[in-house]
Amino acid sequence: MEFQIFGVGILTWIVFLPILGMIIVLLLPDKNKNAIRYTAVTITGIQVLLAGIIFALFDRTKFGVNDAESFQFVEQFSWITVEAVPWVGRIEISYFLGIDGLSVLMILLTSLIGFIGAISSFSIDKMVKGYFALYLLLVTGMMGVFVALDFFLFFIFWEVMLLPMYFLIGLWGGPRREYAAIKFFIYTFVGGILMLLTMLALYFSVAYTDPATGQSVHTFNMLHMMNPANYVEGSILSGVDTTWRYVAWMALFINFAIKIPLFPFHTWLPDAHVEAPTPISVILAGVLLKLGAYGLLRINFPIFPDGTVFFMYFMASLGMISIIYGAFCAMAQDDFKKLIAYSSISHMGIVVLGLAALNTQGMVGGVLQMFNHGIITAVLFLAVGVLYDRTHMRGLYDFGGIANQMPRYTGIAMIGMFAALGLPGLNGFVSELFSFLGAFESFRWITIISVFGIIITAAYILWTIQRVFLGKTPEKLEKLQDLTAREYIMFVPLIILIILLGIYPAPAIELMNTSLSQLVEIVTGGGR
Amino acid sequence: MAEHTLYSISQFLPEIIIVATLCVIIVADLFDKNEKSSSGWILLVGFAAAGMAILFQIGRNESVFYDMIAVDPFAVFFKILLVITGLFIVAFSMKSRELDAYKSRMGEYYMLLSGMMLGMMLMVGSANLLLMYLALEITSISSYVLVGFTKRSLRSAEASMKYIIYGAVSSGVMLYGLSLLIGITGATDIYSVNSALAAGVDQPLILNIALLMILVGLGFKIAIVPFHFWAPDVYEGAPITITALLAVASKLAAFAIIIRFFKVSFTDNSGLTDYGLWTLFEGLNWNLLLAGMAVLAMILGNLTALKQDNIKRMLAYSSISHAGYLLMGLVILTEQGISTILIYLFIYIFMTLGAFYVAMLFSNKVSTESIEAYKGLGRRAPLQGVAMTIFLVSLTGLPPTGGFIAKLYIFGAAINAGWIWLVAIAGIMTVVSLFYYIRVVRNLFFFEPSDDEDELVFSTMSKVILLILLIPTLLLGVYFSPLIEFAGKSIQMFGM
Repeated sequence: MEFQIFGVGILTWIVFLPILGMIIVLLLPDKNKNAIRYTAVTITGIQVLLAGIIFALFDRTKFGVNDAESFQFVEQFSWITVEAVPWVGRIEISYFLGIDGLSVLMILLTSLIGFIGAISSFSIDKMVKGYFALYLLLVTGMMGVFVALDFFLFFIFWEVMLLPMYFLIGLWGGPRREYAAIKFFIYTFVGGILMLLTMLALYFSVAYTDPATGQSVHTFNMLHMMNPANYVEGSILSGVDTTWRYVAWMALFINFAIKIPLFPFHTWLPDAHVEAPTPISVILAGVLLKLGAYGLLRINFPIFPDGTVFFMYFMASLGMISIIYGAFCAMAQDDFKKLIAYSSISHMGIVVLGLAALNTQGMVGGVLQMFNHGIITAVLFLAVGVLYDRTHMRGLYDFGGIANQMPRYTGIAMIGMFAALGLPGLNGFVSELFSFLGAFESFRWITIISVFGIIITAAYILWTIQRVFLGKTPEKLEKLQDLTAREYIMFVPLIILIILLGIYPAPAIELMNTSLSQLVEIVTGGGR
Repeated sequence: MAEHTLYSISQFLPEIIIVATLCVIIVADLFDKNEKSSSGWILLVGFAAAGMAILFQIGRNESVFYDMIAVDPFAVFFKILLVITGLFIVAFSMKSRELDAYKSRMGEYYMLLSGMMLGMMLMVGSANLLLMYLALEITSISSYVLVGFTKRSLRSAEASMKYIIYGAVSSGVMLYGLSLLIGITGATDIYSVNSALAAGVDQPLILNIALLMILVGLGFKIAIVPFHFWAPDVYEGAPITITALLAVASKLAAFAIIIRFFKVSFTDNSGLTDYGLWTLFEGLNWNLLLAGMAVLAMILGNLTALKQDNIKRMLAYSSISHAGYLLMGLVILTEQGISTILIYLFIYIFMTLGAFYVAMLFSNKVSTESIEAYKGLGRRAPLQGVAMTIFLVSLTGLPPTGGFIAKLYIFGAAINAGWIWLVAIAGIMTVVSLFYYIRVVRNLFFFEPSDDEDELVFSTMSKVILLILLIPTLLLGVYFSPLIEFAGKSIQMFGM
C-alpha cells in the first residue's frame, strides 16, 4: 500500500507537516497572534485529514508487526550507511516508516488530539509564537514515534519531545511550573538513557546478511531485531532467557513505565498535569502516556518475547497496583486536575494489565483502552480548562451547582465522566471489559483485585459530580457563561467518538485485531 | 641524508607557515602605531594558510626528520581540528571586550597564540619522546602567559601562577618518567620503544612506574581526575577566549599525544590479537586504571559542576567530565575506541566553542559571567539564547544534536567491548549533567527581564560566527556518515 502526495509518502507528510508549520509560525510577525494560531490549527487540521485517508485506505487483513512485507504505507530509505570503518562491518541506519494494526489507531488519536489541543490553545496569550512553534515540534515528535520502524529513528523522535515539553510546561504553566517541568524532564531523560544503552546493546547483537552483497550488516531496523536468527553468536543479547536479555527487557520496561506512568514511576505525572496549561495537559494525557504503552507493544514484546513471558506477572502486578493505588489517590484529591491525573494512572494500569495478559482479547482491550482513555481524559481536561478559564479555580470544594449555571457544559462533562467511570454504552466500558476478560484468563487473582479499582473509580467520579455539578451554587459563581462556539468544536468530535465507540466498537477493533493476534503468536511461542 | 631533510622540510609546511606568521606578527606589531592592531588579521590569514597546507597532507602516511614527526592521517585529522579551533579563537579574540583594555599588547597576545598553536601541531605529530616533551613545553609556556594576559585582573594573575606551578611540577614528573623509559628501552622514538618492549624488558616494575609518571604529565594536560585541580581556577581566571582554547585545543592535542604514545609504544603489533592492547605490560591492569580515572572524572566533574555559578567554572568542570567520557574510548583502545574518540572530539569543538562564545557575547554586553545574572537574558537576546540552549543540549547529549551522536558512538564502543558497568556510570552521570546545563537554559528563559532592560543588539558578524558554530552542531545530529568515515580513516597511524 502506498499513497503519495507530491511524490512524498503520506507518513512523511503527516510527521513533518508540523515542522513546516513551525517554520511558517516562526516567520510570521510576533504581533499577529491570530495568524499564528490559525496556522497551527490549519496544519493540525490537515493532519486529521491525512489520518482520515490512512484510516480509509488501511488494509485490515495485513498484520505487520515483524513482517516487513505486510506493513503499510512503508517508506524506507537508507539514511546513514558507513562502509569504510573496518571494525563492525557495515553500519546501517535507515529512514524507515510504516504502520500496522498496532500504530494505526494511535495515529488517529494523535492527529485528533493534536488538532483539538491546537484549538484549545487559543486561550494562550503569552509569547504565542514560541508556544505554537514548540507545540508543533511536539506533535512531530509524537507522530514520529508511532510510525518509526527503525530503532534509531524511534529514539530520535522520542527524545525530540523532551525539550518542547519542558518549555511548554515550564514557560506557560502554573505557579510550580519550574519544578514540574524539570521533574518531567529528568524522569524521562533517565528512561531515555536506559533505552539508549539497550538500543546500543541490541545494535551490536543484531546483524543480518545483506542478500545483495553477502555482507553482515549491523542495523537499527526493529524488524531485524525481532528475528532470533539475526542475533550474532556470542553477542551480549544472543540466546533465549539469558540474564542480559532480562536486564535489557527491564531497562526498556522502566523507560516505558515512566512514560505510561506505572507505579512506582508515576510521581512526575500529577505535578506535570497540575502545572501544565490545559492544552498541554490534554496532549500529555491524550497522547504522551500512550507512547509508553505503545513502546511496550512495539519493542519489548516482539524483540524480547522471552523477557515478556518471564515478567508477565510482574507487569500485571504493577498494573494492578497502579489501578488500585491511582484510584485511591484520585479519591483523596481536592484539586480537579490532580484528580484526573491520578485517574489517568489508574486507567493506564488497566492498559498494562490487558497487555500483560498476552492473549488477543486482553491486548485488544489494552490498545482500545489506550485510544479510549486518550479521548476521555482529553474531554475531562478540557472540561477543567473551561471552568478554570471562567473562574480561575480548580479546587473541587470551590464549586457547586454548575449544572444550573452551565447546563450544556455539564451535559458534555458528565458524558466524559461517565465514560471514565466505565458506564456501559460509552467507550470506556468496552475496552475495560475486554482488558479484564483477557487478563482473567491469564491471572485470576490479580484481575479480581484489579476489578475493585472500578468500584473506587465509580466512587470518586460520582463524588466529584456531586461536589462540582450538583448542589447549591456559591454566590461568586453565578452568571457563568455556557460553552462558546470554539469550545463546542473541541468537545463535539470527542463526545461523538465516546458514544459511537461505546455502541459499536467494531471499526476500531477491526483495525488492530490481525496485528495483535500475530503479536500474541510471536510472544507466546511462534517467534522464538 | 640531505635529501631526506629537504623532503622532510617540504612535509613540515604547516608548521613552517605558523612560525612565519609568528615572525610577521612580531614585525608588524612594531609598526602598529594606532590602537587598531593588524596582528589578529595576520594570524587569521596565517592559520588559514596553514590549514590549506594541511589539506595537502591528506592521505600521506610517513614519518619525517628521522622518525621525529609522523605525517599520517591521524595527525592530519588533529591538525585540521586544531586549525579550525584556532580560527575561531582568533575570531572570538577580535570581538572580546575583556581584551579591549589591552589593545596595545594584542600583538603579543596573537604571537603567543601562534606559538601555542605551533606547540600543539608538534604534539599531535611527535613520534619521539624528546620532541613530545618539547612540544608539550612550547604549548604550556605559551599558555601560562596567555592565562595571565589580562594582568590587571587579580584573578587572571592568580590563575596564571597556579597554572605554572602545577604545570611545572607535572611536566617535571613526566620528564623523569620519560627518562626512565629511555633508560629501560634505550630508544627515544616510540617505534624503537615498541620493538624494545616487544623483545622483552627485565624490569616491569620500573616500566610501570615510568608509565605512571608519564601519565601524570599527560593527565595534567587533559585535566583528568586526580590531576585536574588547576583547571577550575585557571578556566575562571583566564580571559574567556583562552579558557575556550584550553578547553578545546589543548585537550585535542593532549588526547592526540596520549593515544599515539600508548597505542604505538605499548601495543603488540604482531597482528595476532585485536584486543592485545597493553600486552607489553605486566603487573598493572591498565585498562582498569584508566577506567577508574574515567569514572572519577565523570563523577567529580559532573557533581562539582552542579554547584557552580560562574559559567566559565561550570564549563570547566563540564569539560573535566567530557574528558572522562573521552577516556572511555582510551580504555578500549581498539580501533573502534580510538575512532569514537575522534568523532567525539570533532563534535566537541563545535558545541564547546559555541557555549563559550555565547558566554563571551553575554559578558561583553552585560559584564557578567554569573549564571544567576543570566535571568531574563534569553528573552532579551533570543537568537543567542536559543543558540546557547542548543549548545548545552548538545553537551548533555540529547538528539537531534551532534552531542548525541558523540555519546552514542562512545557508549556503543564501550558496550561492544563489554564495559557495561562503565557505560552505566556514564549514563547516570549524563543524567546528572542535565541539571546544570538546563539550569542555564532555565535562567535564560524562565524569567521576565525587568522593564529597564531592553533587547540586546549584536553585530551581524557575531551572528554569522554563531551560525557557523550552530549549523555543524545541529547537522551532525542528523547526518553524520561523512564524519564517521573520516574518523574511521583517520585512525591510521604511521608504523601501525
